[in-house]
Amino acid sequence: MSQKGWDSPQMVMGRHNYVSRIVIYGLLTMFAIVYLVPLLVMMLTSFKPLPEVYSGNILALPHLWTLQPWLKAWGEACVGLDCSGVKGFFWNSTRLAVSAVAISTFIGALNGYVLTKWRFKGDNILFGLVLFGCFIPFQIVLIPMATFLGHIGLAQSITGLVFVHIVYGLCFTTLYFRNFYIAFPDELVKAAMIDGARFFRIFLRVLLPCSGSIVTVTVIWQFTNIWNDFLFGASFTTGSTAPITVALNNIVNTSTGVREYNVQMAAAVITALPTLLVYVVGGRYFVRGMMAGSVKG
Amino acid sequence: MQITPCTARVSTEDTVAMSPPETVRRPSLRNRIELMLPKLVLSPTLITTLIFVYGFIVWTTVLSFTRSRAFANLHWGGFTQYVRVWEHPRWHVAVMNLGVYASLYVLLCMAIGLMLAILLDQRIRLEGGLRAIFLYPMAISFIVTGTAWKWILNPGLGLTKLFHDWGWTGFQFNWIIDDHMAIYCVVIAAVWQASGFVMAMFLAGLRGIDQDMVKAASIDGARMPSIYRRIIIPQLRPAFVSAFVILVHLAVKSYELVVALTGAGPGYATELPSTFMYSFTFTRNELGMGAASAVMMLCTVAAIMVPYLYSELKPRSGRGAH
Amino acid sequence: MASLHISNVRKAYGATEILKDINIDVTHGDFLVLVGPSGCGKSTLLSLIAGLDTISGGEIRIDSDRVNDLHPSERDIAMVFQSYALYPNMTVGQNISFGLEMRKVPKAERGKAVADAARLLQIDHLINRRPGQLSGGQRQRVAMGRALVRNPKIFLFDEPLSNLDAKLRVDMRTEIKKLHQRLGATIVYVTHDQIEAMTLATRIAVMKGGVIQQFGTPAEIYSTPANTFVATFMGSPSMNLIPATLNSEGGKLFITMGEARAAVKLELPEEQALTVFEHAGRKVIAGLRPEAIGVESSRNEHALREVEVTMQVMEPTGPDVLAIIELGGVEVSARLSADIPHATGERCKLRVDLSKLVIFDVQTEQRIG
Repeated sequence: MSQKGWDSPQMVMGRHNYVSRIVIYGLLTMFAIVYLVPLLVMMLTSFKPLPEVYSGNILALPHLWTLQPWLKAWGEACVGLDCSGVKGFFWNSTRLAVSAVAISTFIGALNGYVLTKWRFKGDNILFGLVLFGCFIPFQIVLIPMATFLGHIGLAQSITGLVFVHIVYGLCFTTLYFRNFYIAFPDELVKAAMIDGARFFRIFLRVLLPCSGSIVTVTVIWQFTNIWNDFLFGASFTTGSTAPITVALNNIVNTSTGVREYNVQMAAAVITALPTLLVYVVGGRYFVRGMMAGSVKG
Repeated sequence: MQITPCTARVSTEDTVAMSPPETVRRPSLRNRIELMLPKLVLSPTLITTLIFVYGFIVWTTVLSFTRSRAFANLHWGGFTQYVRVWEHPRWHVAVMNLGVYASLYVLLCMAIGLMLAILLDQRIRLEGGLRAIFLYPMAISFIVTGTAWKWILNPGLGLTKLFHDWGWTGFQFNWIIDDHMAIYCVVIAAVWQASGFVMAMFLAGLRGIDQDMVKAASIDGARMPSIYRRIIIPQLRPAFVSAFVILVHLAVKSYELVVALTGAGPGYATELPSTFMYSFTFTRNELGMGAASAVMMLCTVAAIMVPYLYSELKPRSGRGAH
Repeated sequence: MASLHISNVRKAYGATEILKDINIDVTHGDFLVLVGPSGCGKSTLLSLIAGLDTISGGEIRIDSDRVNDLHPSERDIAMVFQSYALYPNMTVGQNISFGLEMRKVPKAERGKAVADAARLLQIDHLINRRPGQLSGGQRQRVAMGRALVRNPKIFLFDEPLSNLDAKLRVDMRTEIKKLHQRLGATIVYVTHDQIEAMTLATRIAVMKGGVIQQFGTPAEIYSTPANTFVATFMGSPSMNLIPATLNSEGGKLFITMGEARAAVKLELPEEQALTVFEHAGRKVIAGLRPEAIGVESSRNEHALREVEVTMQVMEPTGPDVLAIIELGGVEVSARLSADIPHATGERCKLRVDLSKLVIFDVQTEQRIG
């Protein structure tokens, strides 16, 4: 989305209207502030000692900056009956995300490769069938999946959750790689075939080395979705096997005694940090991932 | 030695190629395996999709036609569960909320997204930074969003206290505990999260518009607002359609935001079909009703997605010869 | 080096027939060019030879081996693509040696082969660059190097010069021809440019609508085209096609070219008359190339005839002048000498070489004489 010499209609008409510039920048700044406020509020509250949280307001700077809420959120906050903070759940989410992302990305890449370079009759229909899975409301599979996981002994386990995320992530990863590889020159595959490379060699030596950007996009998108998921986590895990989003919700919605908003906010920021970091570092790819899901194949 | 003049003809003799005796080679085993490989590679994904997407949809649908309560059984119930769902007051609230929520959500996201996109399209300095600010909400979990906004909209300590401390002592913002207004809090948080995404879509669409058309219009004497209204925005139709489809889809799926923000409360004032389904399935042990509500959610989503997907994936003109 | 035999080959996609009954025989060292307009099936035929697509009927043999069911890598062929198809993540050297690597050729041997090919194509200084850093012409050479180094039985070229600018195209054309002469390799070359076809080929197959219109040497295609399509497709400017009638008078055969009142009646030279005497009295199409009109001198003096023409448009090209003239009431193009000035609208006499005349049947458009 670079500008590349694009002239806005205003520029085209050659009028540098001072007043309208001010209005534009003003509006944008206002909106930017509104968008930043929640993050700001979370950060501010998380560094305040509890009395200040109650006496001050959400945008007031802490008089006394403290890391106590963070330490408590990490190591002592009560999630259900277990009061050892979110660190265990953070690692749950990490394990979950890493395995699910890796596996679903790899399979998706192979799928995209097959669907674009090894066409066969009806492959578009198959792709459509797989694609539809991206768009179903997941409520429709909760009951059967819970039963299924119970039957194969993976209920309430992280492995079970990994399995679920792989299964329902395949449609996205396949979509991304398929859209990417469709633009990849067929002649390169033909040249490799004539050179003597076969199915997997072509994939590993010719396509994969050129796939850096789409792999990044897919990994970022998958990681964000899987880390941020709550529905599957809440439905298929419990207690110590839950991901951090479930833990956060538990912390926030247990109404015992005095609400420790600062700890809640700290826990929220901890939950949001990994995906925010990924967003900041890989923003360009994040956007591409977002758009790829909505653009024509 | 005689050197023939350059103008003399040189005879060319056509040699007829004698076809050598034929040897036939059958397709090797390796080739036959390779022919099957594409389908083999695709099959795990296909099988899992068939089972875990379509199979499970069937399972849930079947379940919705049984008399299951706490445990699944196969006693035929006809439309009983659907009737029970529709007769339940919570479902009425849920459906109405969905209507209000979805319409506002889509409308506001599109309006704000379009406005921000147009603003950002005006050759702004720090465009990249501003874009990043509008988009970051998409990167965080709905639970975090809900948590943050729940705190901001806290009746005593949130916005109310903020404005009181700033001098506006008459200010009151109790929507989140108000039966009638709580759903609008969900709208606010949801729009905050998704409008950046819509903005990105429109921005990409705006960038794809032919500049020459705009120049021609300005030569024709059109002013900027009309250019936007008559030429540019109509060209954004594909982006509008995509945004609409995705937003409606997100609205129907909305579960996590409501759970974190209001817990479907106060009472069940912010109940949505998704929360209804979850609570009836997992907390109230009414599998049949949960299944029925899920099926209805699916139908709503499918009504929008299927035509959209079909138009996107329609087979284009067949392979041409060259 | 090998011979290639294409027998009764058909290719259909569902109900659409792309290639209908193709028969071509090529010997060792031949340079076969498949030429024709877009959609004629020439690239499809090349894909069938390469094994990149399956044959619907008939067979293809390389030397004595039937290759219908063989994988491309088993056919001992190499291909140069229109877009060069260089692997973007590999260096020039790795690109060239990829095929050898797939065939498990030892590293030392690979290195030598690559160095030889690079030297031959004058790209040895580019060995460690990536395709993205090369110009079009350089990429072209790397693509050829990749094919060369495999030392295949047959080289296949799919419109390799289409992406180059005009001057580069001419240079590379000569390079390819020199390479052919040096290696004596069997080549199948696809192009839509008839000049490339004429200059490079030892055999040309002119294709249209999935059917071979004519198969022969460049000279044959040029001077005795099998039908009006070949006549107009090959040669630039294309052959003039003039409506005419044959009539026999007093034991001699005459051809009346042009429109009714302005028509020009010329006596056919004997060797021509012999081939078409049975069509006397019929309407035909007379084919004359521009260089056969406005002839100064010819080896066949007896075949020259004088006609009166009107000059309409003169297009000087440097070495000669392409004139649009009115001959027998019909507009034709003539290639005239640049030395003799002519004025627009001028009416003068030109000599026509009827030994170069080609006569086509009006209905079938096939050559009859």
